[in-house]
Amino acid sequence: MEFYPEIIAFEGTPFALNRIMLIRLLVVSVLLILFYLWTRSFQKASRNQTFVPTKFQLMGEISLNFVRTGIAHGQLGKVDGDRFLPLLTTIFFTVLGMNITGIIPGINMPATALIGLPIVLAAASYVTFIYAGMKKHGMGFFKNSLFPSGVPPYLYIMVTPIEFLSTFILRPVTLALRLTMNMVAGHLLLVLCFSATQFFVFYSDGFFALFGLGTFVFGFAFTLFEILVSFLQAYVFTLLTTVYIQLALADEH
Amino acid sequence: MDITNVAELSGNIAVVGYGLAAIGPGIGVGLVVSKTIESIARQPELASKLQVTMWLGIAFTEALALIGLATPFIFA
Repeated sequence: MEFYPEIIAFEGTPFALNRIMLIRLLVVSVLLILFYLWTRSFQKASRNQTFVPTKFQLMGEISLNFVRTGIAHGQLGKVDGDRFLPLLTTIFFTVLGMNITGIIPGINMPATALIGLPIVLAAASYVTFIYAGMKKHGMGFFKNSLFPSGVPPYLYIMVTPIEFLSTFILRPVTLALRLTMNMVAGHLLLVLCFSATQFFVFYSDGFFALFGLGTFVFGFAFTLFEILVSFLQAYVFTLLTTVYIQLALADEH
Repeated sequence: MDITNVAELSGNIAVVGYGLAAIGPGIGVGLVVSKTIESIARQPELASKLQVTMWLGIAFTEALALIGLATPFIFA
């Protein structure tokens, strides 16, 4: 099947590699090389006191500043934003890189379309927002989130289970599910469009081959749409992590 | 009395389930976006702030449809 390709190396061990794992490893190595080159160009610029950035350096500055000022500083403020910036940057670029493989010709499989990777990222976000709350309020964090103030005490029978469910169970589950299901749905749409194109063009006669043109145009449009979705999911995942941290840090009111 | 089948359907009921699950979030996302457009038309200088909130609202609403999409995989 598409989502569970055959294992190609280390079969039977926990490190079994299939096509999707190889894609993930490839993305990780590309990201590592890219960030290494970016930091080296930043260092070179600050050492030589050159104030006109090169194109490559500018690309890095814009991408990193998007997460820093656009997401972290906007939601958390400067101090807390910079505290959690490494995690947010990692999440953003990992999700983006793993999503974008879905539309790269020759790879054509988003590495986030299997739920393993989104679960890891969601767990990182879950641990971080609980850590942020515990560090700021101690055990008061659980009291604040489970027993919100301003609610009449007899309503806690209803409010507390709902708050528990939505804060500590549904948050990580929806983070992981949202990412996975968006990528699965997008991938299935692309598969549908392009396999229909192949069927119409090669296996049908005369008039019906024209339908192939229509499905190909749709497939192309959905490919463009998938680029948008990849960016959007990376953005939303990072933004939600930021908001969860912000809610955990918020003072009781 | 014999029962006669007038029409017969084959396939998976989960597809209908996903169709039902998509109604609510569809309306919800529409409301979120329409209200955001309205507010931006009133106060264009707040556009960037409102857009961030809009994406958040969409993300929360959309989760329901995606849970609907995931249930056939879980309960299959």
